Amino acid sequence: MSNYLIALSLGDAAPPSRLLALAPVDMAIIAIYFAMVLGIGFYLKRYTKTGNDFFLAGREMTAWVAGLSFLAANLGALELMGWAAAAYQYGILATHWYWIGAIPAMLFLGIVMMPFYYISKTHSVPGYLKLRYGESSRALSAVTFGFMTVLMSGINMYSMALVMKVVLGWDINFSIWVSSITVAIYVGMGGLLSAIFNEVLQFVLIWLGALLISVIGLIETGGWGGMVARIHANFPGGDYTHLWRTMGSFTDNPMGIHWTGIVLGLGWVISFGYWTTDFLVVQRVLAAKDLRSAKMAPIIGAGFKMMVPFIVILPGLLGLAVLHPKLVGEAQAVATGGHSYNEVLPLMLARYCGPGLLGLGITALIAGFMSGMAGNVSAFATVWTYDIYKALVRKDATDAHYVKMGRWCTILGVLVSIGTAYLVMQFLSIMDYVQALFSFFIAPLFGTVLLGMLWKRCSPAGGFWGLLAGTLSSIGMWAWVKLDPAALKYIALSPNARDMAENMYRALWSWIVCVVVTVVVSLLTKPKPESELTGLVYGCTEVPGEGHLPVYQRPVFWAVIVGVCFVVLNVVFW
Amino acid sequence: MHRPGLISIWFFIGILLLAYGVLITGAGLYGLVSPPARPVVFGQLHAGIWWGALLLVLGAVYTVRFSPRRQK
Repeated sequence: MSNYLIALSLGDAAPPSRLLALAPVDMAIIAIYFAMVLGIGFYLKRYTKTGNDFFLAGREMTAWVAGLSFLAANLGALELMGWAAAAYQYGILATHWYWIGAIPAMLFLGIVMMPFYYISKTHSVPGYLKLRYGESSRALSAVTFGFMTVLMSGINMYSMALVMKVVLGWDINFSIWVSSITVAIYVGMGGLLSAIFNEVLQFVLIWLGALLISVIGLIETGGWGGMVARIHANFPGGDYTHLWRTMGSFTDNPMGIHWTGIVLGLGWVISFGYWTTDFLVVQRVLAAKDLRSAKMAPIIGAGFKMMVPFIVILPGLLGLAVLHPKLVGEAQAVATGGHSYNEVLPLMLARYCGPGLLGLGITALIAGFMSGMAGNVSAFATVWTYDIYKALVRKDATDAHYVKMGRWCTILGVLVSIGTAYLVMQFLSIMDYVQALFSFFIAPLFGTVLLGMLWKRCSPAGGFWGLLAGTLSSIGMWAWVKLDPAALKYIALSPNARDMAENMYRALWSWIVCVVVTVVVSLLTKPKPESELTGLVYGCTEVPGEGHLPVYQRPVFWAVIVGVCFVVLNVVFW
Repeated sequence: MHRPGLISIWFFIGILLLAYGVLITGAGLYGLVSPPARPVVFGQLHAGIWWGALLLVLGAVYTVRFSPRRQK
């Protein structure tokens, strides 16, 4: 949501003002939240003695805890505010990022990929690449992941500070330092265990803080039908409540996206790349206590992900129905002194929530920001310690040494993130590049991991060169369009494509390049013997059966249930 | 989580919701006896009272159900 942040920053040029004013009870609610997350960090320090405890939470998480944490690591406040704003701007089309852009990939992770991640006993996604392909693939993946993660963490931090300034009038430096020091303390002390505990807590708060807007909003509009009728009355001629009907052409919908971009770019490459290979989220599932829990966790996460539009998209749609005067783009809002659609969620919060409830809503936003930041920092500490420091710098230190390194690395990661946040503040154009990072690193990585898990002929050389070629081709395509905007018609198949569409098609092409290069190089080079692929590749791994379990305890049963709900929802809102 | 002595995450959530329930219900009741100068839309629903009560009940259930004493 880089455009969202840039727009907020434009708003920063307006005279200082704030959307909301907090009462003492609201401040007390926020203060109790900070005390609780810090208290959990202090409490859990005594339970994180070994590397397994610190980096993998002892691999003792139940399916529910791992599943909610898996989702919470993704559910940052930038998600909440950004997608609510997108729903006001684009209508229900924004839901694609929650349904086709997440659910199939999460189910695929749980049913198909999780057995290999879990049985291989890897501690990270780069760690899996080391086992499957060798050190060079791991190094490439670890370095790119570390870079991307710290940058994302800094942007998360900056975005929180910016939102707090716009919404509450808080000083940016105060927000950055208080939130980052809090995250550094609780993750540094309790490692992934503490991050997961707090993420589950944050997940509950996000729901309880944001749900009330939708509930009262639907009461005000007289339900879904009343809301749709009001939107049609407010915006005659616009279609804000159908998911697929306007996707036949780039020019028929405000996002400038064709359905092929949504299905192949978002639903296939970006979504599968993010949910199945981004270690930020996969790390939470690796902490599950057994294989069944590890398979169930993404399925539980998918079930809740499917409902997130109720607290994110619906407030945006309700804003279209009930807010007067209409919200406008940020530049126009600055010029006219009105409100922009980026402020829709805080405006809806202020509309329905009095003292106490307002504090809960703001705490939900803060919780969202901190869960995203903690997710980045804990994943960075693991990859740095195991996949860079241990692999390339000091191979034979004690477990206690690596735990100590992990704790210091958490603090270092936070400090670098703070530096990144200030860098973003100075050079806002960095935000333009963030969305591109996913297509640079995650889309090709998905090709490498997928082929590695499903094709035993895939060779170490094929894996490395495919990953490198995919990454370089993505960067090359991005640079080509930057230098020559006319190239957009080749990359995104239409000169009318917008930024989002360009990112999706670039991700798709880089994934194809990665797969083609991996296959060709693999066929020309020597594969690993099958004896070395046990536990890593389909056909060489004995996955424990679930035939002895009752049907309702089998992950595949719940995956089918979630899958059917996903199809039904898409048909209902077609 | 099956580690001996480790307090369940659901207990922490219960404590937090309990505290929030008390504060939000209290703020809602205060608003009932002393209405604010600028009420929120649909303020007549007194959402603070019933939402706070919901948090209070949820918090109490989780606090008791996952209390360290019951887990032993």
